[in-house]
Amino acid sequence: MTGVNLHGIWAIYRFEMARTLRTLWQSIATPVITTSLYFIVFGGAIGSRIESIGDVNYGSFLVPGLIMLSLLTQSIANASIGIYFPKFTGTVFELLSAPISAVEMVIGFVGAAATKSIVIGLIILATSAFFVPLRIDHPLAMLAFLVLTSITFSMFGFIIGIWANGFEQLNIVPALLVTPLTFLGGAFYSIDMLPEPWRTVSLFNPVVYLVSGFRWSFFGAGDVDIWWSLGFTGAFLALCLGLIIAIFKTGYRLKN
Amino acid sequence: MPSILSISQVSKTYASGHKALDHVDLEIERGEIFALLGPNGAGKTTLISIICGIVTPSTGTILVDGHDAIRQPREARSRIGLVPQEIAVDMFSTVGSTLRFSRGLFGKAPNQPYLDEVLKDLSLWDKRDSKIMELSGGMKRRVMIAKALSHEPDILFLDEPTAGVDVSLRRDMWKMIGRLRERGTTIILTTHYIEEAEEMADRVGVINKGQLLLVEGKTELMKKLGKREMDISLVEPMATVPAELGEWHLTLEDDGHRLRYVFDAQAERTGIPSLLRKLSDLGIGFKDLDTSKSSLEDIFVDLVEHREASNEGAAA
Repeated sequence: MTGVNLHGIWAIYRFEMARTLRTLWQSIATPVITTSLYFIVFGGAIGSRIESIGDVNYGSFLVPGLIMLSLLTQSIANASIGIYFPKFTGTVFELLSAPISAVEMVIGFVGAAATKSIVIGLIILATSAFFVPLRIDHPLAMLAFLVLTSITFSMFGFIIGIWANGFEQLNIVPALLVTPLTFLGGAFYSIDMLPEPWRTVSLFNPVVYLVSGFRWSFFGAGDVDIWWSLGFTGAFLALCLGLIIAIFKTGYRLKN
Repeated sequence: MPSILSISQVSKTYASGHKALDHVDLEIERGEIFALLGPNGAGKTTLISIICGIVTPSTGTILVDGHDAIRQPREARSRIGLVPQEIAVDMFSTVGSTLRFSRGLFGKAPNQPYLDEVLKDLSLWDKRDSKIMELSGGMKRRVMIAKALSHEPDILFLDEPTAGVDVSLRRDMWKMIGRLRERGTTIILTTHYIEEAEEMADRVGVINKGQLLLVEGKTELMKKLGKREMDISLVEPMATVPAELGEWHLTLEDDGHRLRYVFDAQAERTGIPSLLRKLSDLGIGFKDLDTSKSSLEDIFVDLVEHREASNEGAAA
């Protein structure tokens, strides 16, 4: 056998997708219900008292932020449990003894986690169409951001899954880091609405660039320049990929 | 023909400082059944894990069918199937799907007829659509074996294959090993049950405290170190061994009902005829004679003790 272990990648991808399909209803129902609640609370109750942001009404303004919020949390959750669970149950021995490279393994795990996130993102988009008028100025860019963010944060989740030594640790990074950064990253507001110095501080929050870029693809305007957003997403993707390769080279938390 | 597995100078020191393997050299011949025998903690599982790529060696090289296990992991690993000691399998999958998963993971194109055959060989056919969590422990172990065979490996590792296994699975497993050997599969098993090595293996390697003490054909090993015992059942029990029988170093067993004579079967003179003559001269009646080979267990205990004694001698 030479070249790429395509059968191996496909086996992992299918295995991970089967895991998702076993919990299909909860996979779909959760984001639909959560999104609906956000629209009722923020869009309906509070949003009616908030003026339009730029030329976009507040309800529509929420859509990219809400999708991004789910995308980040779902990608991390799916990918981290995907690799953590085999570590926990011991089945990881088979992955480690298989003739499959780090990159191939990541394509399988991350590909499946990202697929689920993308589907969830699209479901949220469809759900939001019931609540607010949808406007997508750059649909291709929107899809590109959707895919890129899902892949990047699935990789991040994969790293967390390898690092975690218990179910508690598995939740620490999403709960203590990702959720706050997302909430403070302009998911529900434009950072221009913040007083100084908080506006400047916000520019150090990486999630701002993701949300802003995604929002640009909807409304043609974001908090920061679109190239900054793209550049940042690409840089984070490269960082995660580098970390994963280092993990497999050194066997960190996988091998003795 | 070059050996299918060549291990040279492999050592492993864990981060804790524990030295699990100490410069192990081992050549495995194509198609043989090799038993790695040693007590718990001897380094058997570490050695297997290193060959399979689960543990990184501190030093040394491993060639699998000529491919370096570290530099050419793809070529090396695709030839190996591993049945670990612990049952570790995704409980939510079905038996059939987990086999297809394993085969794919090892880079092989789907081949359902082959997998069906594996399922039937291991009496798993009726369970092919069952979820693994619904199976009994023995059935799960069969699934582990089936997974290891799913990609048609040239070398099969069985780590403590019969630990906690019932008689029927044990019998099925020996049968399966027999079939695999006919197909030319090389089998390496670890065990601390000596009967297991004695029953199946062509060659036996004895490992203790990370060192491979010896590697020998099973029969040669038995011959070389095989002591035999002769039990003489007495008509009348005796309280002490008569002084006239001193030269045979007999022991009394079973409350004086049996005399035991330990002798070397390879020796030119076993001492049996003279002992029997002496017994009749002394008028000691016996009703039965029974000789037995010493088991690998005795051999192993001898080896380890001998080794430790000589180490202590060297240290002193």
